[in-house]
Amino acid sequence: MGGARVTPVLELRGLHKHFGRYRVLNGIDLTVDEGKTVALIGGSGSGKSTLLKCANLLEQVTDGEIYFDGEEITDPRVDTDAVRRKFGVVFQSYNLFPHMTALRNVALAPRVVGKRSRAEAEQRARELLARVGLADKADSYPDRMSGGQQQRTAIARALANEPRLLLLDEVTSALDPELVGEVLDLIGELKAQGMTILMATHEMDFCRRAADTVCFLDGGVVAESGPPEQVLGSPSSPRLRQFLSRVTHH
Amino acid sequence: MTHAPGWNDAHHTYFSGHVFRTQTGTIFRGFLIDMKIFLIAEPCVLAIGLLIAVLRTSLSPVLAPVRIGCALYVDIFRGCPTLILLYLIGLGVPALHLHHVTKSVEFWGTVAIVISYSAYVTEVVRSGIQSVHPSQRAAARSLGLSSQQTLRLVVLPQGVRSVVPALLNDLVALTKDVGLISIVGAVAESIERATAYEDYFFNFTPYVIAAILFILVAAPLGRLSDWYTLRTMRRQGWAALA
Ligand SMILES: Nc1ncnc2c1ncn2[C@@H]1O[C@H](COP(=O)(O)OP(=O)(O)O)[C@@H](O)[C@H]1O
Ligand SMILES: [Mg+2]
Repeated sequence: MGGARVTPVLELRGLHKHFGRYRVLNGIDLTVDEGKTVALIGGSGSGKSTLLKCANLLEQVTDGEIYFDGEEITDPRVDTDAVRRKFGVVFQSYNLFPHMTALRNVALAPRVVGKRSRAEAEQRARELLARVGLADKADSYPDRMSGGQQQRTAIARALANEPRLLLLDEVTSALDPELVGEVLDLIGELKAQGMTILMATHEMDFCRRAADTVCFLDGGVVAESGPPEQVLGSPSSPRLRQFLSRVTHH
Repeated sequence: MTHAPGWNDAHHTYFSGHVFRTQTGTIFRGFLIDMKIFLIAEPCVLAIGLLIAVLRTSLSPVLAPVRIGCALYVDIFRGCPTLILLYLIGLGVPALHLHHVTKSVEFWGTVAIVISYSAYVTEVVRSGIQSVHPSQRAAARSLGLSSQQTLRLVVLPQGVRSVVPALLNDLVALTKDVGLISIVGAVAESIERATAYEDYFFNFTPYVIAAILFILVAAPLGRLSDWYTLRTMRRQGWAALA
């Protein structure tokens, strides 16, 4: 211990998000350090998706600050489009663009945002598709791919901007059980390659294996956080114990 | 049926070989004029319809006054029957005798048709834009695309595709309604002849009254559909990406 404190990739300080009178987030404090994987767990409706959407400014925060590599991105003068480019986001329902092939889905950001030539962007997209094991699906449209293939394409798309941080929102929840493994394996590989990840998940086994920190969201705050063996192994609050017994039953 | 008492008269009235021989050329020329008008009007209708639909569905708070203007445009010109609009613009504008402004009924009739049809097409395109799920915008914005890039590359291609059948339907209706211009042309001619012989004064007031009545019926219906769409959008969480 005692080394110089490294600036975290993402830091949320006292984050509040209200929808009208409905207070979803009530003062979230959370830090994601470089190369680490932080897992968000919590009941349905506890605000995991809302937290992730606030993090890359898809939702406007009600109060509190967000720091990205030490820069306050909740500052109103910040160029939000430029900030979002530094995040890669993967959604529960894939959200691939149905009118584009897998290749064009992945090549879109390098072309439009990265201002690369078509040839360069497609070359990069092919590399990324190969990396997620879908080199042969480049010319397929999303509706011709399995859920697992679509989600792996979505991960390739999220990597296209070379993000500093990956936000994963229950990326395996919509998948058939036999397809969950291929997506989790891919995320494990990304982590091993040094990617920084903030993910909402219901996969407790995966949490135990891959997460460095687990945060339990309850009542709009991080009610409990720590290494997975501590949070999942010896939960201190009855709420967390109750939650864990519910999710491990299926 | 061929033994019906009126058959010979009817047969002559509808299928006269003489008229067929002498008039087909004239009619065909008229048809070609209609097609020419159609080919000019259609791109204008699509361009204006697309522009207004995009402005109407914009989420930016700055564009609120523009959105209201677009809603008025649709309420007024979709509510007003095409024929009445043709009389008001196709006959009305030339009757103003403005300097340096053409008095061609064909020209102003085309303008009237374009205004009327673009109001319909606006609503078709708008429904297409709104049929694209907000998660598509979320995905595009997450990649760092600006709102305009998201509209152009993600929302419009999907939205327009989903309303192509409805647009084609409007297109077919347009091919027929350009023919109304020739009726207005004939009316214009007879007014001219009448004014040459006597102090005949053509008055637009009845058309204005009729137009207002029609618009008064259509506007609340438009508001009702706006309210319904907005409610649906709120439930899908659209407001988030203003
Ligand atoms: N755009 C919105 N408007 C109103 N309420 C919302 C909106 N988005 C989410 N919520 C509400 O916020 C709560 C948290 O939702 P969410 O973040 O999706 O939870 P989780 O991902 O943990 O299941 C839910 O009760 C949800 O209904
Ligand atoms: Mg969620």
